[in-house]
Amino acid sequence: MRKGFPAAAQDALGDAQLRRNLLVATHAIRAKRLAAVGERPDWEELREAGRTIKRRVLRHLDAYLIQFEQAVERAGGHVHWARDGEEACRVVQGLVTATGQHEVVKVKSLTTDEIQLNETLAAAGIDVLETDLAELICQLAGEESSHILVPAIHKNRIEIRDLFRRELALPHLSEEPRELAEAARLHLRERFLRARVAISGANFAVAETGTICIVESEGNGRFCTTLPDTLITILGIEKLVPTPEDLEVLLQLLPRSSTGERMNPYTSLWTGVTPGDGPREFHVVLLDAGRTDVLADEVGRQALACIRCSACLNVCPVYTRTGGHAYESVYPGPIGAILTPQLQGPGRADSLPYASSLCGACYEVCPVKIDIPEVLVHLRGRIVAEAPPWRAERAAMSALAWVFGSERRLGRAQRLGRLVGRPFVRRGRIRQLPGLRAWTDTRDLRPVASQTFREWWASR
Amino acid sequence: MKISLFVTCLSDTVAPEAGRAVVRVLERLGHTVEFRPEQTCCGQLHLNTGYRREARQLARRFVRVFGDAEVVVAPSASCVGTVRELYPSLAQGDAAFERQVDALVPRVVELSQLLVGRLGLEDVGASFPHRVTYHPTCHSLRVLNVGDAPLRLLRAVRGLELVDLRDATECCGFGGTFAVKNAETSAAILADKVRSIVDTDAEICTAADSSCLLHIGGALSRGGCAVRTAHLAEILAADA
Repeated sequence: MRKGFPAAAQDALGDAQLRRNLLVATHAIRAKRLAAVGERPDWEELREAGRTIKRRVLRHLDAYLIQFEQAVERAGGHVHWARDGEEACRVVQGLVTATGQHEVVKVKSLTTDEIQLNETLAAAGIDVLETDLAELICQLAGEESSHILVPAIHKNRIEIRDLFRRELALPHLSEEPRELAEAARLHLRERFLRARVAISGANFAVAETGTICIVESEGNGRFCTTLPDTLITILGIEKLVPTPEDLEVLLQLLPRSSTGERMNPYTSLWTGVTPGDGPREFHVVLLDAGRTDVLADEVGRQALACIRCSACLNVCPVYTRTGGHAYESVYPGPIGAILTPQLQGPGRADSLPYASSLCGACYEVCPVKIDIPEVLVHLRGRIVAEAPPWRAERAAMSALAWVFGSERRLGRAQRLGRLVGRPFVRRGRIRQLPGLRAWTDTRDLRPVASQTFREWWASR
Repeated sequence: MKISLFVTCLSDTVAPEAGRAVVRVLERLGHTVEFRPEQTCCGQLHLNTGYRREARQLARRFVRVFGDAEVVVAPSASCVGTVRELYPSLAQGDAAFERQVDALVPRVVELSQLLVGRLGLEDVGASFPHRVTYHPTCHSLRVLNVGDAPLRLLRAVRGLELVDLRDATECCGFGGTFAVKNAETSAAILADKVRSIVDTDAEICTAADSSCLLHIGGALSRGGCAVRTAHLAEILAADA
């Protein structure tokens, strides 16, 4: 099952091609983001507004959810509540089956990945087609997404060309981006026109009006939400915003943070059903799947404010070296490191809050000011308090705390450390220390000084 | 001004030259430096690894030791960041402890904050005729927001040639126990940092944190690189 982050990271760390793909791609998006953000003198005010809106939603989520349900139904849509992923999948499968159709087209949605909807539908004999280019690449390759925004960031053009040559039977395809996109376009077009059922996620859902909003770059979402007869939208309960006016703030924050664009190419908003225009039947599945548990944690709940921009991934020193698969979750990177362990509950992803150097780059770029380092440290505290892990570490930490509990003990420990370390010192450095191999395998260690500061001060 | 030095457990034990340098700089500027030997560790290691109970005990100790100090200076942005930014949450739920923390926090500063921010200095009378590159550590940059204070100090050092570091604001991969718990990832991050440093052709890489320098220096010496590390305080103390 789960390998845990340190082990899962090794594949990527050992893959020079993957690391190069990642560094090139994340640095390119980073530079674009910086330029787009730099254009806004009021960026900090926007962030603060975004944070305030999302916090208000979380504070009054119960009321907003009821309001949203009523608004959707008033507009002719149907609302379904799902306690967990399994229930959500069952609802969706039932809705698709009721249409008598055996294929659906899908708009890129992390939430459906989270509940493994594609697998459930496939098992029920329903053919699911991902229509976002990068999702399609992952689907064709049989791989998991490795980035929130650009799921195939771990692949370069050559790798994608080879995949398309093989999977789409196009032996003469070149690696020109235009040609690759055209191949995908032709592959998808026919299916868009044929599809009678579509499934989408949601970037935002407006409580006051029951409106769903999705943002995208390729137009595939627009196809999916307008052409089919039946549209099913799945969203986590935290995706609500109070009013349409709140979108004004969030639709400025999201594209600049995520793709580094002032505005994304396609923003689709729809409310219920309209006779003669778009889907005739519209369903919303509201998913909890651990979110109310997260909401109960006063520090951890800020993770639910995330608008899935992925800016934190692109600046993270860890993510940019290991890629997304090391996180073994649909939500990778710094936000994944605080969201996944909370959604999945204690004991399931305990290595993730430790997969960070606490450098704070994520917090600095977060458009809704989620203090990710604060939550990481908070979750580490919870792990240590709830399920005593790693007995050796616990013993070492207790011993160290005992030493630091008295200056005399510290002085004695320093002298002891100097003595014990002496045989390992070569030209002033320790090059190999049993018990601390994790450090000394790649880095020298400085031994205890021949005169510690406190010894020097005492001798002054 | 009477300045109390919090040398930090790490500098005390393996990098005492940084602490000695702080004393030298401040005394040269005419200040009185005191060292309270009861001090040990701020608790950052425990707190950031999840051992809150132990961290709280160490925070109590820190507040007890330094409670009546006029100003506390440390050659570490990371430890000062722990005191300033994290102690308030550790103290939560204990009104007396909260009050003590609130009263002490504004008086605990990192070296460049003290020199530039509090004392209004840039030229501290140092002379260091070497080619130097500066690594802005994550916690100095993003927790304490020291801004360009260290750079201003370095620019005023006689004979010092300051060279820009590529991707300077990127983490060195240390992160306390992260360097051991996720050793391979940490080493991969560090390798890129070391490459940037070596590419500057600097003789010295400096920073405001002994911990990050220990990490960077460990890779430099392992790789046989000629670049040495020196804490900002050591450069500011040099006056030969």
